[in-house]
Amino acid sequence: MLTRNRLLAGTAALVALALAGPAAAQAPIKIGELNSYKVFPAFLEPYKKGIELAVEEVNAAGGVLGRKIEVVSRDDNGNPGDAVRVAEELLSREGAAFLIGTFPSNVGLAVADFAKQRKVLFIAAEPLTDKIVWDQGNAYTFRLRTSTYMQTAMLIPDAVKLKKKRWAIVYPNYEYGQSATAAFKKLLKEKQPDVEFVAEQAPPLGKIDAGAVAQALADAKPDAIFSSLFGPDLAKFVREGQTRGLFKGVEVFNLLAGEPEYLDPLKEESPDGWYVTGYPWSELKTPEHTKFLNAYQAKFKDYPRLGSVVGYATVMSAAEAIKKAGSLDQEKLVAAMKGLTLITPFGMVEYRAIDHQSTMGAYVGQIGVKDGKGYMKNWRFVDGKDALPSDADVQKMRPKN
Amino acid sequence: MTLASFIIQLLNGLAAAASLFLVSAGLSLIFGVTRIVNFAHGSLYMLGLYGAYSLIEFFGRTPLGFWGAVALSALAVGLVGVLIEVLVLRRIYRAPELFQLLATFAIVLVIKDIALFTWGAEDLVGPRAPGLTMAVEIMGRRIPAYDLLLIAIGPVVLGAIWLLLTRTRWGALVRAATQDREMVGALGVDQAKLFTSVFFVGSVLAGLGGALQIPREPANLELDLAIIADAFVVTVVGGLGSIGGAFLAAIIIGVAKAFCIGIGTVTWFGFEISFSKLTLVVEFLIMALVLVVRPYGLLGKPQAAQRAASEPAPPLQVPSWTFALVWLALLAIVPLVADRYATILLTDIVCFALFSVSLHFIMGPAGMVSFGHAAYFGIGAYAAGLLLKRFGLPMEAALLLAPVIAGLFAIVYGWFCVRLSGVYLAMLTLAFAQISWSIVFQWDSVTGGSNGVFGVWPAAWLADKTVYYYMALVLCGAGIVFLWLVLFSPFGYALRAGRDSPLRAEAIGIDLRGFQWAAFVLVGAMAGLAGAVYAFSKGSISPSSISIAQSTDGLIMVLLGGVETLTGPVVGAAIFTWLRDVVARNTEFWRAVMGGVILLIVLLFPQGLVGGLKLLVTRWREQRA
Repeated sequence: MLTRNRLLAGTAALVALALAGPAAAQAPIKIGELNSYKVFPAFLEPYKKGIELAVEEVNAAGGVLGRKIEVVSRDDNGNPGDAVRVAEELLSREGAAFLIGTFPSNVGLAVADFAKQRKVLFIAAEPLTDKIVWDQGNAYTFRLRTSTYMQTAMLIPDAVKLKKKRWAIVYPNYEYGQSATAAFKKLLKEKQPDVEFVAEQAPPLGKIDAGAVAQALADAKPDAIFSSLFGPDLAKFVREGQTRGLFKGVEVFNLLAGEPEYLDPLKEESPDGWYVTGYPWSELKTPEHTKFLNAYQAKFKDYPRLGSVVGYATVMSAAEAIKKAGSLDQEKLVAAMKGLTLITPFGMVEYRAIDHQSTMGAYVGQIGVKDGKGYMKNWRFVDGKDALPSDADVQKMRPKN
Repeated sequence: MTLASFIIQLLNGLAAAASLFLVSAGLSLIFGVTRIVNFAHGSLYMLGLYGAYSLIEFFGRTPLGFWGAVALSALAVGLVGVLIEVLVLRRIYRAPELFQLLATFAIVLVIKDIALFTWGAEDLVGPRAPGLTMAVEIMGRRIPAYDLLLIAIGPVVLGAIWLLLTRTRWGALVRAATQDREMVGALGVDQAKLFTSVFFVGSVLAGLGGALQIPREPANLELDLAIIADAFVVTVVGGLGSIGGAFLAAIIIGVAKAFCIGIGTVTWFGFEISFSKLTLVVEFLIMALVLVVRPYGLLGKPQAAQRAASEPAPPLQVPSWTFALVWLALLAIVPLVADRYATILLTDIVCFALFSVSLHFIMGPAGMVSFGHAAYFGIGAYAAGLLLKRFGLPMEAALLLAPVIAGLFAIVYGWFCVRLSGVYLAMLTLAFAQISWSIVFQWDSVTGGSNGVFGVWPAAWLADKTVYYYMALVLCGAGIVFLWLVLFSPFGYALRAGRDSPLRAEAIGIDLRGFQWAAFVLVGAMAGLAGAVYAFSKGSISPSSISIAQSTDGLIMVLLGGVETLTGPVVGAAIFTWLRDVVARNTEFWRAVMGGVILLIVLLFPQGLVGGLKLLVTRWREQRA
């Protein structure tokens, strides 16, 4: 029987529910993250830790827009078709505000195109491909990582200084290796017109016949070698090349080989004197890096890899974008990303309005060996903005929306 | 190439061939006796490397420690092989042909995650062989001493296997079982023990092949799939069950690769040809060539006609119209009641359902197993994308022309394939798929190379996900119904006759080869349609749509659902796609979970899901009667 008391109690309950409403609206802001976790675990396990650290720090500092953030991660299986599906799932089922992540070029580009179609912000974390901000750039896609072109350009001054004439090239046969090679040849030729490219080897990714490749390169009698190998291919190439004396009296340049992910497995065989791009984590003394390093080591009892920095900085970029936009509206987020600046473990970074590329830099130096471990010596930091082509060139490459 | 570099590259090729031979010999042995296409063989190779790495760290880097670790690791891998045989495969020998393949897929997934869990994600660079760290100078060039040892190990192992096979009772049994295993069974030989022992020896060879690579190859998680395709190629090029053939084929492929690298880039008539890039596909080119010329490989013999290893496939049952309409109605309602993502997932499932039904058509009723069915799926997808982006055709036209183009490719590929049978046929389809894949992968200016084609979105009236889903449902549904109807047409009966008894079919005047060729073209076109619908639902296409992974996904779907039923492939596609979506979202080690679930299904329903359910229903009815 409906008594007045019961009626009152019911009303009170309803009011309580209504009051609880705003509290529910304080649910965390979800950021959708997708990556090829099982295909590239060596890079992406540290990356995920970087993400966790960043989320913890953002939330400890009170979150953004008065709400906490939550990163919802998905495995895209390294397959663009699956990536587009999980991206959709993150947006429509998880209610993610926007997307971050991806590793291989083809997945990054597929998600970028999806973001354009869906009119959703996408911050590409790791794909190195130049196309994602240039040839195939679009209004909704931004990219954090120092691109193939930028990293190659950073090595050029050292290459020019050595005045070597005969260059041999080896690269993994897919987009990253191809564009690194193309960029290197073009940039070196501009600075040193008499350079000669005497041999070119393009082994399939992950399946290099290192002995045969080393021999073929040696046969060409190069003065210097430019390589963009990484992972197991790099380890095999280093060992075979050393045993066969390929590197004797030959200067070697290798993109990415200074990244702990790829350098550390080489241990005492790390090739002394190679010019590389990478991440000398133990030697960086800047306050922003020291803060990151201490927090990371305290949380995970492990040292950070480059992937950790990428994961951390991606989430930090996402949080800053939300703060600056003051809302989760896609157009406002995109507007906020243009010219967004933030402090990363590698210092100040700006997402350029002109092509949506961040100016995150990289460390250039030489590999040395100490206590049976490889490390980077004679390193210097190159700011990303100093390794990019002129604005006019960028505008020529990037499609007008 | 100068003479000196020619000789050195020859040695490099021979060294690379050694491990390839060991792995392939094991695979060939296992296949010869058990008729199991063992996809997990590459995982055993990978375990061999990881095992050797850990054992060397444990024993210390001394010659004794090194060689002890290599031997022990190989033996341990042999035990893993025994475990796989006893715990899983032995229970499903009576299942329909190729069902064991599904189990070995699952094992690949499980072992990969176990390796990730045990050894971590970082590549593990093993030590050089103690005492053999130096290089030997030959014709002014340095070649690692260890490579020379590997070159010697190949023939030694070949000799040992030969002795084992020809001089022991066990060898006689293995050779007998390779020729006619039913007869061996009928003569009172314990088949279970024989199979287990063969698995042990085969796995030891795989493990040894891996362990010996430790100074040359960092232990990493991609090794399993990297070697398995090559091992299959070697086995088939050499001739199934022929150890000598495997040796020859390993050398041909190892040396061919080394020469491609040695030749590098050359200019012929103004065209620059990069032989170095050819290493992507050279083994598949060789395999296609060999199989076209010699349908049983270099040293293989025609396979003995098998007296049914399992029951002959039961006649197919047509689903009733009411059953079909109920399902159609349910599928049509989903977008109205479920969220947006359910619609998108269903669109994927619908595409894969047509893909898997088309694969089932060719491998089930038509009796021609295809390991490279993704070729047509991918070609359809690329045709759709390229017609839209490069030729500026309207999306509708591109979508409808894509199956035609996939069919055209099937005309060419099918013509070669129908001349073969069994695993040889399957491997030739794989070769064509890989050749297509490598062309798509390399032809940057047209196909976008490794990145693929972007901006492949449907026309405005189909842009809405729900509308697109209905269109996919109509097109793929029509494709599936069409294929089913064909199966019950005279054409379909002729195909089934050809599968059950080629001799009798020919004798009553059926032009079997012509029919099979036509079947190839038909399923090629249908898989192409599935690919085109898929491409427009994703907005982009990449070479992974033609990859081996895509082909194996198709095989898993068909086998999971049940190859002997009509609706099985549809159920398999739905379950597999849905399962992957759910498992990948909720667990970190999703591959192991996925593999575990598949293994469970394999053991509980050896007829596939639908086949198993049907069996249960029949039994229940019988009990009630």
